[in-house]
Amino acid sequence: MPRRTDIESILVLGSGPIVIGQACEFDYSGTQACRVLREEGYRVILANSNPATIMTDPDFAHRTYVEPLDVDVVAAIIDRERPDAVLPTLGGQTALNLAVGLHERGAFTDTGVELIGASIEAIRTAEDRERFKAAMTEIGLAVPASGFAYNLDEAMAVADDIGYPLIVRPSYILGGKGTGIAGDATELRRLAAEGLDASPISEILVERSIAGWKEFELEVMRDRADNCVVVCSIENLDPMGVHTGDSITVAPAQTLSDVEYQRMRDAAFACIRRIGVETGGSNIQFATDPATGEMVVIEMNPRVSRSSALASKATGFPIAKIAARLAVGYTLDEIPNDITGMTPACFEPTIDYVVTKVPRWAFEKLPGATGILGTRMQSVGEAMAIGRTFPESLQKAMRSLELGRYGLNCDPAEKAYDDLDEGELVRRSAVATPDRPFHLEAALRRGISVDRLASATAVDPWFLDQILAIVEERAELERVGFAAMDRASWRRAKRLGFSDAQLAYLWSMDTRTVRAGRETQRVSPTFKTVDTCAAEFDATTPYHYSTFEDESEVRPSDRRKIMILGSGPNRIGQGIEFDYCCVHASFALRDAGFETIMVNCNPETVSTDYDTSDRLYFEPITEEDVLDIIEAEQPEGVIVSLGGQTPLKLAGVLPRGLVLGTSPESIDLAEDRDRWNVLCNRLEIPQPAGGTASTLDEALVITGRIGYPALVRPSYVLGGRAMEIVYNDEDLARAMAELASFGTLGIEGGLSAERPVLVDRFLEDAIEVDVDALRDATGEVLIGGVMEHVEEAGVHSGDSACVIPPPTLSSAVVKVIEGYTRAIADELDVRGLINVQYAVKSGQVFVIEANPRASRTVPFVAKATGVPLAKIAARIMVGATLAELREEGLVRLPATGGHVSVKEAVLPFNRFPDVDTILGPEMRATGEVMGVDVTFGMAFAKSQLAAGNRLPTSGAVFFSLADRDKAAGLAVAARFAELGFDIIATENTAIGLKDLGIPVSEVVAKIGEDGTDAVGLIESGRVQLVVNTPRGRGPRADGRHIRTTANVRNVPCLTTVAAARAAAAGIAELIRRPVEVRSLQEFHAADQLRLDV
Amino acid sequence: MTITAAQLVLSDGEIFEGEAIGAVPENGITTGEVVFNTALSGYQEILTDPSYAGQIITFTYPHIGNYGVTELDDEASEPHCRGLIVRDLARRPSSWRSRGDLSEFLSAHGMAGIAGIDTRRLTRHIRDAGAMPGAFGTAPTEDLFASARHEPGTDNVDLAGVVSTKEPYLVGDGPRHVVAYDFGIKRSILRHLMPHAKVMVVPASTPAEAVLERKPDGVFLSNGPGDPAAVGYGVDAVRALVGRVPIMGICLGHQLLARALGGETYKLPFGHHGANHPVRRDRDGVVEITSQNHNYAVADGTVPDAEITHRNLNDGVVEGLRVADAQLFSVQYHPEAGPGPHDASYLFDDFVRLMDTGRTH
Repeated sequence: MPRRTDIESILVLGSGPIVIGQACEFDYSGTQACRVLREEGYRVILANSNPATIMTDPDFAHRTYVEPLDVDVVAAIIDRERPDAVLPTLGGQTALNLAVGLHERGAFTDTGVELIGASIEAIRTAEDRERFKAAMTEIGLAVPASGFAYNLDEAMAVADDIGYPLIVRPSYILGGKGTGIAGDATELRRLAAEGLDASPISEILVERSIAGWKEFELEVMRDRADNCVVVCSIENLDPMGVHTGDSITVAPAQTLSDVEYQRMRDAAFACIRRIGVETGGSNIQFATDPATGEMVVIEMNPRVSRSSALASKATGFPIAKIAARLAVGYTLDEIPNDITGMTPACFEPTIDYVVTKVPRWAFEKLPGATGILGTRMQSVGEAMAIGRTFPESLQKAMRSLELGRYGLNCDPAEKAYDDLDEGELVRRSAVATPDRPFHLEAALRRGISVDRLASATAVDPWFLDQILAIVEERAELERVGFAAMDRASWRRAKRLGFSDAQLAYLWSMDTRTVRAGRETQRVSPTFKTVDTCAAEFDATTPYHYSTFEDESEVRPSDRRKIMILGSGPNRIGQGIEFDYCCVHASFALRDAGFETIMVNCNPETVSTDYDTSDRLYFEPITEEDVLDIIEAEQPEGVIVSLGGQTPLKLAGVLPRGLVLGTSPESIDLAEDRDRWNVLCNRLEIPQPAGGTASTLDEALVITGRIGYPALVRPSYVLGGRAMEIVYNDEDLARAMAELASFGTLGIEGGLSAERPVLVDRFLEDAIEVDVDALRDATGEVLIGGVMEHVEEAGVHSGDSACVIPPPTLSSAVVKVIEGYTRAIADELDVRGLINVQYAVKSGQVFVIEANPRASRTVPFVAKATGVPLAKIAARIMVGATLAELREEGLVRLPATGGHVSVKEAVLPFNRFPDVDTILGPEMRATGEVMGVDVTFGMAFAKSQLAAGNRLPTSGAVFFSLADRDKAAGLAVAARFAELGFDIIATENTAIGLKDLGIPVSEVVAKIGEDGTDAVGLIESGRVQLVVNTPRGRGPRADGRHIRTTANVRNVPCLTTVAAARAAAAGIAELIRRPVEVRSLQEFHAADQLRLDV
Repeated sequence: MTITAAQLVLSDGEIFEGEAIGAVPENGITTGEVVFNTALSGYQEILTDPSYAGQIITFTYPHIGNYGVTELDDEASEPHCRGLIVRDLARRPSSWRSRGDLSEFLSAHGMAGIAGIDTRRLTRHIRDAGAMPGAFGTAPTEDLFASARHEPGTDNVDLAGVVSTKEPYLVGDGPRHVVAYDFGIKRSILRHLMPHAKVMVVPASTPAEAVLERKPDGVFLSNGPGDPAAVGYGVDAVRALVGRVPIMGICLGHQLLARALGGETYKLPFGHHGANHPVRRDRDGVVEITSQNHNYAVADGTVPDAEITHRNLNDGVVEGLRVADAQLFSVQYHPEAGPGPHDASYLFDDFVRLMDTGRTH
């Protein structure tokens, strides 16, 4: 059955901002889908609010709507574009939920649009747990005993039937939000309440807990001829009870006999058929009782998922690409397998290596979170590693995590476990935390038996025994010693995944000596190929991993080659934006005739799609691994400045002359406070007063000079790690103590005695400005975008909303900023991108810092202006000038005349109910959205809607303002009153409002006092919007309850006056006119026309 | 932990370094035709599949032995392959089904193996150069090389006769009567036939008349090792049965049937050995993922009057044929799985229907 000709245009739904449980795997899948559908000749319309994605590049669709993924808004897109079909299965849960919402709204029937990929019936059967359970029972598959509840009493009644422990799962949620295990009635009551709230239909499943069972997943594809294949089997190292997104997972399944595996495969096919997914990929999760083999179905996702991305990268089988082709009518046997080029996609990949995925958490950024893993996903990213054996892939995965670890222990950080006594080690191993694998290794090394550990942790003995092999080898290596290592010993150690850094630690020597010793014995990595077929057929796709075998399959070409180092696992502060930059560099350099070599270890990304670059190395981004690839490929240059901090850190250890773009010396200069001060003084660019301190006493001397408030931060920072604003000596002392402690900063290996702390005067109420600019070798500077932040300086730029063009800065100020930027770029001799941050106070411009590398805002600027900054940067790095690129058409005039673009941060607080939602200098956003419109108000309103904060257009606003904010805050309250809102306020705020003649409809008491308090008020549902501005350490406790309640109750909560002011502007627009939609292509073209005139 | 270094030497002189596992052969040398299997699971079924007689099996998946061994997974009472080549033999198995570990199993059955091999390099070599004899063990390289060069391989060798049962035996209690030729029959096949019929398993050399005397409702031609051209007596017997009784054949049984019908067989470069081979069913275009294990195949267009019912999607190899008038059909692959997918188990139902109604569908 060939491609459908009865449809011509397809609307692809994206997944919106990166949030926990829904990350850049959907950029990967959506990008593949858009690409394939365009190749097939369809008109592709894309809706996605996330500007940091590759898929929202205007090149990937005919019409790209960077608009909120909201039912009304998408219905407007459908009305405007009249697509023939809507494809919702590549945009995660967001897109599926949107499809159901659109269906219920009648958006499909009204317009005659067909839903392809999955039917509403299939989505409902898979997503609605009651229907799912009934469907599985119908086809004879077991599911854990359970019952549904719609209120607390029903939940308790179900519990009486099944008994404890129980697991609570809300319906229609993503990433396990609101899920948890209850051991008794009290816990159940709390969890059930949360779960009922989390479920959009107030439905929870109360289910027999099978914590401790083994967990498996199968990735299945089906076409409309009913061909079914399993792409990949995955086994979780962590037993049931830990969300699969938070589990260490291994492909293929390791401990299933063929008999059991085939039974699971049959069940998976029965499931996908019964659910009715006619075309595309699905992910089906199973649990088995390790004692009896009893198998139950846990859940099924009728769409491409995080696991599909993992399975694609693990096998080389491009699930999303094929799912898109299946959705438009192809059958599996009609689609060629890209990798072999000879055989069809209708087969089951077989692999000859082991893949291990390890999640990356960000608990260090979320004080208050417990750090204990459970059924609710909390990780923000993941690393994947490929090795020929499990121990090798596990160790590679551990050093891919960017936690400063050299592998599975055998490094300085292992001391933390070695200090624990035996009982404590076993106890800690039994609790799932990010440290569990390290605890397991430490416990085995202590001599605790596999059996004891297996029964304490429910981790399968096979995995533990494999870790024991690492432990035993370590003992052997220690015994033999460096000097006596022969070829066989080196080979055995490396085959178990030991890094040179681990061996250097073990033998107390430096890594270079270890490397030299190893190379003397002719032990170097070989590069193998991921080919979907275990070498049965010749592979044409160069997708490689390193291992220590006889034969390397890599033959460097004689083309001009550029290597691009990716950004590793996503974490807060370093996410998809950097993948975007790396991918763009690869595209631009390929277009310019270079061979590109991508190195990365993040399976979610577009950069690790084997199609993105000429060659892909799925490898940890560490000195050893990168040097090995350089040796194998002999590139003429390496790009380190587009992938964030991860590759940048390697600039110093790469062979001299290979680093492209701005020199490592210039990068250091910008980071070195003293040299940076000299530079600013020479250029006569004002900076906030400040200094560097290594001790509290030194810091106190500085604050004595510059006064409070002061901003305290370590010198080398990523995503605002451990920044703080301090208001007095006491705050300062505490902040310094925290910075000095190993635990907070040491996690990324960032803190050391020679890296001092920066103490700067904090400019209160200043406007923060970010600039992204490009400079070429001739010295020409192109200002990419000047972004004005909505929140004042002090809120981390990654957590702050920002606007292009700057709405309140005068053109004179913008000129000054541009001038400073040019001067700094010149002085640093930048070749490529530079990001400079400024604070503007009372019309005066202060420079805060400069980073001569890609910043988080590069993709946003590119979407706002139509200028592909990252592509241009890559070309500049290999020698092109802006003039040449202008000639070529790559550099065009920024389109900023007729529209306003707002970037808003998306924060993970709904996952962490115990964490305060207040914004500060430490970044906590996981993702971002963009709102575009012709006015600032509407663009801001769209950005809020896209971020999940639906601004109300009527009702009541509750104000609770810190004293410092009173003046500005009251004016904003007046504006809300003008817009017709009831104003509710705390006592002090109310007095101020009344003085201004603003009617206050209700005054609430402080928490703990008599009368309605703020928490009660928010819980009552009478408030539609909360404005609570905390400042300093004073009113935090009270404010925290208010913010947390708003968070739990899903009431939008603004924590700065600036945001409230912007919200009022947005609401005014929302009241005045309906939300209108327009594509990026139209915005850019309209502005180009205007500029050309 | 003691490691005994060993080598694998192929008949073309390629050398691979590894370590000895399993039983220790008397002269320190194990020889056979080296083939590779790409299945991710099912090592015990593969090791005990009589079709591997005369061969040394390379497992492309690196970890072998993870879930131990159990008698339930034996495809025959003992392994018939000559040895195994793995990257990593599990130190400790883990499975509720396991009754022992693979290492003990190898020793108990006197089977030698070699571990630590770059099995991917080996696989790529065989893929490019074709399946070839090899020798592994602790003996000196030159002795291994000499043994590899003297190893005859499987061409024109009647291996089916060697692995076949010597005496007939009866299994199953279904309502029908089936005579099953044992050219190296797998227990999984019998398990599929048993619910439907009383199955008389007979030696490979059983003449047609002896079969017909039993008045069976159908005759089953089993899988088996080696070159179909070397099993002339089997072809003769099948020729005498064609048209007189419904017939189903699998693997070697399929090849013998094709030859009995006048077709030809040939040797594939490195065969099909795995659990992921896509086969298109001509009847409705549906693709089955199949378990395969064969080095020889039926030459396309050589079987008079036969309809080609199935083809391998990867390389177009004939995977199934049927002569409706003569009430017979056969497939090259393994619908009984063991190991592998169950996609084609309907073929046993087709056989039952053929016996009952004279038609397969």
